[in-house]
Amino acid sequence: MGFLSATLSMSRYHIQNKFENEPMEQVRNGLIKNAIPKLESEYEEISAGWTPFESPFLPDFEKFSFVFGTYFMFSLRIDKKSIPAKLVQKQMAIEIEKKKEKSGRDLVSKNEISEIKEMVMDVLMHKMPSIPNVYDVLWNYETADLFLLTTQKAANEFFETIFVKSFTLKPIRIFPYTLVETKSAFSDPQKDRIMTLTPLHHLR
Amino acid sequence: MLDIATAYNKYGFLGNDFLTWLWFLIETDQNITQIIEYKDPVTLEIGNSLVLENTLGDKSKEKITIKGDQAGLEEGTTALKKGAKVTEINLVCRLGQEEEYTFTIKGESFNITGLKTPAAGKDGSADEIEGMVLEKALLLFRITRVIDTLFLQYLEQRISDDWKNNGLQQMRKWIYND
Repeated sequence: MGFLSATLSMSRYHIQNKFENEPMEQVRNGLIKNAIPKLESEYEEISAGWTPFESPFLPDFEKFSFVFGTYFMFSLRIDKKSIPAKLVQKQMAIEIEKKKEKSGRDLVSKNEISEIKEMVMDVLMHKMPSIPNVYDVLWNYETADLFLLTTQKAANEFFETIFVKSFTLKPIRIFPYTLVETKSAFSDPQKDRIMTLTPLHHLR
Repeated sequence: MLDIATAYNKYGFLGNDFLTWLWFLIETDQNITQIIEYKDPVTLEIGNSLVLENTLGDKSKEKITIKGDQAGLEEGTTALKKGAKVTEINLVCRLGQEEEYTFTIKGESFNITGLKTPAAGKDGSADEIEGMVLEKALLLFRITRVIDTLFLQYLEQRISDDWKNNGLQQMRKWIYND
């Protein structure tokens, strides 16, 4: 549980719009529909989905809650199969040698090499277990604030895609410009002035 | 609202300018509590790292990284005199008498890394998890509120009529050690 660990990293979001009704039910349905599959797909390189905060490896939203006080709390899990290049290289060398022996030729054509590579990747992908990465999500629905406990670009992109798919609400990443647009009480003329600012020129 | 990617690139400088201003506030012992109108005393200190960047004439970048618990920041002020801005800073923030937070914030993205909050409960039993989550959530919202308020205060000063004659002059005085 990264959220409760001593040190954490996070990126922040503002959630645009609200559900028309029953937010808790809508969130529950979105989480269940887009939960990470319980069984790992043998051939998919990457799979991603929601899992309960308290049960990252057994994604059961019937058994584990996603409601903590006034917050929604759950986790994004991204499982990725990663095949080391050296392993591919080794298997390729073995398969190419086999091909040469079988054909009685000294050379293997380009086409044959790409076929061998495809076959080697298929076999390795099938054998290789996925490595799971879990990123906790804390969502204050009332204030439209959300913390995602990672700053990794790829994880942020997965999160944004799957969030929209699950809840049809748009997460807007908080950085200087969006903070002004979503969290400030500046009037429109003040915002216009901010938008015309140029980098601080502190040199004399 | 502008397209997000465009806005990120166009206004990333606001975050770096803000961090540079924060360093100025800290070094000149300004009253942070008063600036953000917080109910309890708020203090900020530079932690163990500071990163500055300077865009050079040919659009290449010069990066100055200062790291270490007792590191001197003289190279940083020298870089400021050449036009560099703070792009990343490690801060120690104390809220009230007991709460201490340390974290690194990036100007361009406002990403927060290495955040240490006051401990949120120690029990760890299943029944206590909800309590720990709620306590930790409160701490995270508290520190992000301080950061947001400081940033918005900075912008308020930047767009005020006396920024050039007052705020900017004070920063220059600090940079040039007048």
